[in-house]
Amino acid sequence: MSDRGHIPESRQREKPRADLQWIGKSMKRVEDPRLLVGKGIYADDINVPEMAHAAVLRSPHAHARIVSIDASKAEALPGVLCVMTGADAAEVCDPLPTWASPPVLQAVIAHDRVRHVGEAVVAVAAEDRYIAEDACDLIEVEYEPLPPVVDPEEALTSTGDAVLHPERGDTNIGLERTLTFGPVEEDFAAADLVIERRFRWPRSGGQPLETVGAVASFDEGAGRFTIQCNTSMYNYCGWMIASTLRVAPHKLNIVPTLAGGSFGSKMFVHKVPVMAAVLARAVGRPVKFMEDRIDNTTSCDNHASDRVYYAKLALKQDGTLLSLKTRIIDDYGAYLQFGVGQHGNALSQCVGPYRINSVEVDLAAVLTNKCQQGAYRGFGSEVANFVIERLVDAAADELGVDRIALRRQNFIQPDQFPYLIPTGNMYDSGNYQAVLEETLKLADVEGWRAKQAEGRKEGRYIGIGVASCQERSVFSATEFWMWNLEPGVEWTSSPDGVSVKIDPTGKAFVTLHSPFWGNSPETVAAQVLAEQLTIDPSDIEITYSDTDQGLNSTGPGGSRFTVMVTGAIVGAAGKIREKLLRIAAHLMEADVRDLTLEDGAVQVKGVPDMKMSIAELADKAHYYRLSMPEDLDLTSGLDATYVYDHPVTTLPDPDERHMGIFYPIMGHSCHIPVVEVDIETGQVHFLHYAAVHDCGTMVNPMTLEGHIRGGTVNGIGTALFEEFSYDEAGQLTTALWTDYLIPTIKESPADIVVGHVETPSPFTEYGVKGGGEGGRMGGPPAIAAAIEDALKPLGVTIDSLPLPPSKLRALIREAQARSA
Amino acid sequence: MDGVSVNFTVNGREVTATVDPRTLLVHFLREHLKLTGTHIGCDTSQCGACTVHLDGKPAKSCALLAVQLEGAEVTTIEGIAGPDGMHPMQAAFKEHHGLQCGFCTPGMVMMGIDIANRHEAPDEATIRSELEGNLCRCTGYHNIVASIAAGASASRRREASG
Repeated sequence: MSDRGHIPESRQREKPRADLQWIGKSMKRVEDPRLLVGKGIYADDINVPEMAHAAVLRSPHAHARIVSIDASKAEALPGVLCVMTGADAAEVCDPLPTWASPPVLQAVIAHDRVRHVGEAVVAVAAEDRYIAEDACDLIEVEYEPLPPVVDPEEALTSTGDAVLHPERGDTNIGLERTLTFGPVEEDFAAADLVIERRFRWPRSGGQPLETVGAVASFDEGAGRFTIQCNTSMYNYCGWMIASTLRVAPHKLNIVPTLAGGSFGSKMFVHKVPVMAAVLARAVGRPVKFMEDRIDNTTSCDNHASDRVYYAKLALKQDGTLLSLKTRIIDDYGAYLQFGVGQHGNALSQCVGPYRINSVEVDLAAVLTNKCQQGAYRGFGSEVANFVIERLVDAAADELGVDRIALRRQNFIQPDQFPYLIPTGNMYDSGNYQAVLEETLKLADVEGWRAKQAEGRKEGRYIGIGVASCQERSVFSATEFWMWNLEPGVEWTSSPDGVSVKIDPTGKAFVTLHSPFWGNSPETVAAQVLAEQLTIDPSDIEITYSDTDQGLNSTGPGGSRFTVMVTGAIVGAAGKIREKLLRIAAHLMEADVRDLTLEDGAVQVKGVPDMKMSIAELADKAHYYRLSMPEDLDLTSGLDATYVYDHPVTTLPDPDERHMGIFYPIMGHSCHIPVVEVDIETGQVHFLHYAAVHDCGTMVNPMTLEGHIRGGTVNGIGTALFEEFSYDEAGQLTTALWTDYLIPTIKESPADIVVGHVETPSPFTEYGVKGGGEGGRMGGPPAIAAAIEDALKPLGVTIDSLPLPPSKLRALIREAQARSA
Repeated sequence: MDGVSVNFTVNGREVTATVDPRTLLVHFLREHLKLTGTHIGCDTSQCGACTVHLDGKPAKSCALLAVQLEGAEVTTIEGIAGPDGMHPMQAAFKEHHGLQCGFCTPGMVMMGIDIANRHEAPDEATIRSELEGNLCRCTGYHNIVASIAAGASASRRREASG
């Protein structure tokens, strides 16, 4: 075993093949018809008899003590069923689930103290939402303001009243540690050149069109909750919500609804279902709590990485990259839901696609008076991509070499996979040169360089950016706790399960144990099962389990789902195929080794008329036990479940020389945007955009391209416009979409030319890799590079995002003042 | 609450109701008529997920009161499919992968039908200009534009043959 750990044997059963019938086809989506006719059931579409509605009064202060609450007028309002303060809630429920260790206690309704604008202070259940909101207006709360902590670097030294969670000590540092992987000091000593930069990555968020919602009911007789909710991970850790509600886990059933987008923000929804549930139990009726947009932007888990980086890249004069050191201050807001899992994530690909010998990460996770961080498309790794790509660009400029050439020189080579990076994570496979060359071709970089040169003569500022980015997929649970000195949990499982049944007529039913949250789970499942059983996807029906029926399933998130559900279906279909063959062998009096499953029938090889269809065999399996062999395991019916474990993960080294393999299914992308900057207005226009992704074997190129284009536009939003911006008092000044600018069609490129390279994974079924997040992981550094290239004549350097016109104008003015 | 009586047509069906005068049209459709295909996204009229047709023109139903609708004709996403299945605009969104999570989709389809009604053969620039009031967070809009172009063309074919 080296200092970087060991690589387990592959458990792949299905190799990638050229003759696949369904995998690799742009099959139209199974999910679409009901969504298109307005019959998809999202959380807010649920109506149950006697249902009441909730609204929440939220804190107007960033940091304050709650002195008193007078809810008498609200309670007297006709139609109000229940007014619940934080003190009331604390009597009936415990703090919300968290992965932070030691925990940062978070209550569903704040009591004693509020820690960010928008934190829940009082909840109301009423006959309808209008009345509930009227009641909120009638509640009088007296606050005693405390000093707001807004700047993450100032949070490092907070003491006294400025400390958010005094029970954790007199500090706002949630966690601070340094991890060193490999000979960092030696590599820096050997360097000819060290690039040093400070970067600022802005707080942005998934901002799905649908907010979070839940309908909860409580059966007093059974002492049991049912919660319908647009969450993921419900079959992984949904039981944690039962602990919060002080019922045994089997006294809670979570039923998934469709999610109208998540992008990470609904990964493990907890505040909203708990709120609906405590109110439902209090009023004795079902309660719906559907966040409005302010609820969501100020208080849900819709905020993501908010980081300051002090980064150093060591390299030789000949361009060889040696070592990377980063000091990171991450503004987590008021609580730590996923611990510092975002930094586990960032360790997965912090060296990018490059051979870098050693890494040091010094992290301070600080607590401030802002909404807590959740997850957003990239979950922290997109920031690592931005940092390494900006450093490589800076290094090339410093050395006076071409930015693309420096990348080529340092790429991990195709024959070096599987490759362990210094942090211990494995890159399973890749061909970074091929992706780069394909993108250069699609982007016509030479042509644009010529236009750029002509443009400069005419006073036009055209720029071309190149980013070669990792696109890690399929996280292992270790990323959530690897940073903790004393982890509360040390989970190593992160599987996904599936149930498959063939009915007596030969039709197939798949139960997924993870939700729809805007991706294409049904389409993927149908394609893979059709492939496995040689049946038509139109003969497959897909449904979703609740937690009562659920198998351990981590769910979508971290670009896991396509890989994991493919693995689960291969496992379940394998069991069904085996039973079909055994039954067929018996009925046709053939040797099972002479049989093959093709075109929906079991066929005796080489004897065309010796075959039985799946429908015939299913009928026998269900209803003709006495025609079957007597083997005890051949029980009636034709069904199988399978829980597919993470395909390749290992434990962190106890001495922390490495963190094990935790995010190994490694896609790759190259983005080349061509932009023009109007230096008078600071506006950025896209003249061209090319993106090539390598997500291994593609299951459905159409849906993958949809993710790439959509993710890239998310990346454009992050790069140019989006920011949850807090003022000095801790007020969120961009709470509504009037101020938080998600890209409209006018800011989105008319075309993003998408290309593919397929380097299959040697570890997953069929060689599939995840591709749900890559667009946002590749866009921002490429766009920053393009803008910097456009403004090169002015000497503008891009170190922080976003770059709205006002910010670009300021940078341009500064540069012009410098040169004047 | 003093109720106000209102009479209008929704998807060809006459509706008479007594409503709290502050009731938004989108809430009336969703809560009173249980037509939940019309969605609420942003609360501030930015996103267009709540787009319906009001007397044949697109309108954001989160920005209208139900009592303003007296005598009007409203069409929602549930009211556009024909006896032989989806409206050509709906079918085009499926064919061109114009949706992912589907939440903005009813508004996009209603807007797409309106674009097709007002433009003979809408080109990409026209569609992009017309869609500025509808937000999508999933697709990057590329396939929505393609869907509307195809849906408009298919709608014309249907009219020509009908």
